[in-house]
Amino acid sequence: MTEATRIRAQSSGDKAQVRVLMSHEMENGQRKDAAGKLVPAWFIQEADITLNGKLVLSLECGTAVSRNPFLVFTLRGARAGDKVAVSWRDTKGVSRTDEALVL
Amino acid sequence: MKNDGSPFEAHSTLLDRRDALRAVAALGVLLLACGYSTQAQAYNKAAFDARSLQDATRALSLGAWSESREVNLTVPDVAENGAAVSVSLGTSLPQVRQMLVLVDKNPTPLAARFVLTDAVEPQFSTRIRMAETAQVYAVVILADGRVLFARKEVKVTLSGCGG
Repeated sequence: MTEATRIRAQSSGDKAQVRVLMSHEMENGQRKDAAGKLVPAWFIQEADITLNGKLVLSLECGTAVSRNPFLVFTLRGARAGDKVAVSWRDTKGVSRTDEALVL
Repeated sequence: MKNDGSPFEAHSTLLDRRDALRAVAALGVLLLACGYSTQAQAYNKAAFDARSLQDATRALSLGAWSESREVNLTVPDVAENGAAVSVSLGTSLPQVRQMLVLVDKNPTPLAARFVLTDAVEPQFSTRIRMAETAQVYAVVILADGRVLFARKEVKVTLSGCGG
């Protein structure tokens, strides 16, 4: 089970600031559980961001990206009503896509 | 599905199933094709597994780095919790193709890599983990292959790796 990525895209002029919060444990493979056993690595490897279906940004993550990856960036030429989508894929091959309209 | 014994109905059901299977197969091929065409670059596992800045640089096939005032990096001087350290990096330079965040003393220094298009400004904020007090590097890779960086030390009180 995965949880929805929270996306907020706010336009200002011909740009839009996008704030993304992906919901993921991002286990780095170095943490030990209560029994003292290493918890295997399990993290988001790649996230693609599209604007109206066109790829605008790819993010690749290692184990050093914090739990629930958070990202802020600005898209050029994005207007209110445009569609921003975030697709991520983790090391177990689980993937998820969420989208939001630019406000 | 109910079959009242009519051969025509049985036949048409079979056809429907075949058509459905074909449609699913076609969709799969289409999705694969889309995946390949939109994926700018494949995940560089070697770079993320690299144990030093030098090895990461090699895995990413980057040239020599030079320090630049045109790369800006904002990190806290002291991070009480290494599990979530805010990092902002950016540049005023045009033609930025990639941006990297690295932490020299992390077990694997490369934390994140951004592959940009012209539709996105070369300015990002995110949160990373830090194992101990270390230098955080913001690296900007331009279309002409130049590799520019800025770095800052962050003192970490509580490690963000083990636990």
